[in-house]
Amino acid sequence: MSRRLDVDVAIIGGGLIGSSAALALRGMGLSVALLDKGFCGAQASGVNYGGVRRQGRPVEQLPLSQRAHAIWPRLRALIGIDGEFLRSGHLKLARDEADMASLEAYARATARHGLGLELIGHNELRERFGWIGDGIVGASFCPGDGHANPRLVAAGFAAAARRAGAKVLENTAVTGVTRDGEGFALEAAGNLSLRARFVVNSAGAWAGPFAESFGEPVPLSRIYPSMIVSEPMEKVMSVNIGIEGGGIYARQVERGNVVVGGERGLPLADPDFSRPRGDGALAIMNRAAELFPALRHAQAIRFWSGTEGAMPDRNPVIGPSLTTPGLIHAFGFTGAGFQIAPGVGEVLAELVRDGQTQTPIAAFSIGRFSQPSARTDAGSGAGQDQEPQPGELRP
Amino acid sequence: MPLLRRLVRADHPAIPFTLDGIACEGRAGDTVLTAILTRAERLRLSEFSASPRAGFCQMAACQDCWVVLESGERLRACSTALSPGMRILTRRAGAA
Amino acid sequence: MNAHSTRTRLQPLIVGAGPAGIRAAQALVAGGLRPLVVDEAPACGGQIYRQRLVPDQRSARDLYGSEAGKAEALHRDFAGLAGKLDYWPQALLWNLRDGRADIMVSGESRQVAYDGLVLATGATDRVLPIPGWTLPGVFTLGGAQIALKSQGCAIGSRIVFLGSGPLLYLVAWQYLKAGADVAAVLDTAPFAAKLSLLRGLPLFPGIVLRGLRMSAELKLGGVALHDGVADVRIEGTDRVEAIAWRRGGREHRFACDGIGYGLALRSETQAADLAGCRFAFDPRDRAFLPERDAAGRTSVPGIYLAGDGAGIAGADAAERSGERAALALLQDRGLPHDAGRAAALERELARIGRFRAVIEAAFPFPAHWMGGLADGTTLCRCEEVDAGAVRDAIARFGVHELNRLKAASRVGMGRCQGRVCGAAAAELLAHETGRGIEAVGRLRAQAPVKPVPLTLALAARPEAAE
Repeated sequence: MSRRLDVDVAIIGGGLIGSSAALALRGMGLSVALLDKGFCGAQASGVNYGGVRRQGRPVEQLPLSQRAHAIWPRLRALIGIDGEFLRSGHLKLARDEADMASLEAYARATARHGLGLELIGHNELRERFGWIGDGIVGASFCPGDGHANPRLVAAGFAAAARRAGAKVLENTAVTGVTRDGEGFALEAAGNLSLRARFVVNSAGAWAGPFAESFGEPVPLSRIYPSMIVSEPMEKVMSVNIGIEGGGIYARQVERGNVVVGGERGLPLADPDFSRPRGDGALAIMNRAAELFPALRHAQAIRFWSGTEGAMPDRNPVIGPSLTTPGLIHAFGFTGAGFQIAPGVGEVLAELVRDGQTQTPIAAFSIGRFSQPSARTDAGSGAGQDQEPQPGELRP
Repeated sequence: MPLLRRLVRADHPAIPFTLDGIACEGRAGDTVLTAILTRAERLRLSEFSASPRAGFCQMAACQDCWVVLESGERLRACSTALSPGMRILTRRAGAA
Repeated sequence: MNAHSTRTRLQPLIVGAGPAGIRAAQALVAGGLRPLVVDEAPACGGQIYRQRLVPDQRSARDLYGSEAGKAEALHRDFAGLAGKLDYWPQALLWNLRDGRADIMVSGESRQVAYDGLVLATGATDRVLPIPGWTLPGVFTLGGAQIALKSQGCAIGSRIVFLGSGPLLYLVAWQYLKAGADVAAVLDTAPFAAKLSLLRGLPLFPGIVLRGLRMSAELKLGGVALHDGVADVRIEGTDRVEAIAWRRGGREHRFACDGIGYGLALRSETQAADLAGCRFAFDPRDRAFLPERDAAGRTSVPGIYLAGDGAGIAGADAAERSGERAALALLQDRGLPHDAGRAAALERELARIGRFRAVIEAAFPFPAHWMGGLADGTTLCRCEEVDAGAVRDAIARFGVHELNRLKAASRVGMGRCQGRVCGAAAAELLAHETGRGIEAVGRLRAQAPVKPVPLTLALAARPEAAE
């Protein structure tokens, strides 16, 4: 049995980007189909670390990040749940003077963006964050940052979009998209045919082929950030923790579990799924117990990992296609999509409605990869040749 | 009244330990779970509702019987043999 | 050194030293291999033939009853393999991927490369949530049995056994024989269902008659036997004080201070899942199980399943399936193996399989309980998620798949990783969404298989024993 749907906007990929775009577009009165090959929010959006962090982002991301920053406290009004969002602050640690100098340089470079960063010296760190172990010389604190529960936020946006009237089609892989007259013709699993005036390509790690089919190949690779969760512990970690240079990040949720990341998993036989390596997981666990002495008796009770699309320059692709009118890309968030996603959703909706947005996104144009100078190495693990590792996953 | 009733091994060598600071004795061959529950009626309070728990499967599957020592160390009571001098806490909700 | 010689220098790995693991080890040694056997317990035997930590005044007959001969033979045979295999007791397989096992033993984590893997991971009690089931004094039937056999303790002074299946009567009978005060056996199966046991008579008359004899002895011992028990509720404030239930519209109540509870068994399949084995829904066990052929071969070459971890079949089947899987491993490695013996084992396993079908019909799993589960009843013990919160999550997020339910509600996310509540969560989800139990999927296993300390250190050198 074949089905036909006619919508203003077809969104490929029901992650946080696609779901928040769907919700924003419904708010503008446009009809929307949100298609996911699996379940909405089941990939990177739902299984990332959960850092809601502006600090540490490349400067060019900060206007977009600030826009998203204003949305997070309004989640309950927007999607009906707060997603366990906690404005705890984000503390980025320095292991030595050189790292501290980097944090200071970042604070200077971003001063005009209003992150309110506080540089904290060794003694003050001892006083304010005595639960952090030895070997840390200082830190940079961003009081307005925090963390949230990705499992709930991603699914929450998709559910809110559905309630707002978006057609949310799960287990509905898009098998073909073509530009067709005034719009697009899409073919999807279950004999579904769609017509849409606009297409948003928010397919995350699976976005590459869609871009390529419109003549816009991108060096999109995959990373598999993996997390370790402790049993519930007494509350000690008051802030979301990252470390300059990368390697480990950690936060404690309201219920007491500590979430620790910093390790990359490896894909399974089905490369859409991944799992941490035992030795890598142990290394991160040991490091967490050393950095946070209160965890030295804790047990790890579960791991998770997800598949993320990564770009070689750590910046996502956001913006209109340069080959195809009506096509808009938003993917490749390289482990740093969680915090800015709600802002990206609004920007995408504006691009559909107005053809432009006030938020600067030029740096994220897909055009940067069509320049002869842009070196691409699609297929290599993005995290392996980049130090520090990018991302939300390393707040 | 204790939860478990000892039917055999009552005359095995004593193993001293403390339960919430009070000196107790288990018997050689006891698991930590047995040593506690032949003295008391719970192992711990649950993390979220502080309701009493005393294990469930006794075969290291359900993970209901994790207890805390005064040192902060955690152990699964049903699969750990009692050893002399253990200082076990059952009072703290959420534990160490 | 070519790839083949590297391969064959690796040991086969056997996970579990219960009846299946022991017989697999024995057959591999007989076939000229030197397996590594890892097991969580301090001594071999599995749960059914579990050994005490120290001896006491009881005999093997006291501990294992009619199965004492089998228990002693297994313990003796495994001891006889010393020197011909490697054996790591108190060792937890906590992760498995790419032909390597991560095993926690002696306070460190060892990476073990293997050639051939026999998973004999056994089973745990299958339960469904009932009001009051988290109260101190409620143990699984298996837990009650371990308290008695391994620790020499009764789970109370006035004990009720609740649930269904042969283990219900066996444990109650063992308690009675040990001198404990058994107040009642409450069987959730209706009497009519148990008539199907008669169909089991020609298959295994001894087992059926032994069950009937136990029932009779329980009755003679003053134990109240009730069947068709429904709407069970456990009462108490800080511990079990009473159990209440309904039968045919009448309310019943018993004061008691210990309850042993179980609705037959469920397979431990995490290792097979981590190993990448393909799963399929098994209607008899109402669970997704790793696929296997009659010899125990999984969908992954070189990985074999044996015992209750591959579907519930009991200890006698476990011994046979352990040996059968080992013969398959030998055959697949091109080593001599006894094909006639393999065929005979498969015939015996098939006969036991037919008997299992009879048992399942006699003691049906009361999946329908989940429809009427009160919102305030705890479903996930670890994360303390109650049925109402699960229903809310299903409605709020439009969930119809089990892993999504976990993400939305925390069910199965705690220390036990859904071992205890997984079946209940699946049944509740199926009921709430009007789907078949096979359509809601299964919880994907994630490492660690059981909790491991954050400070667990990686052993200096990978184990690739020769």
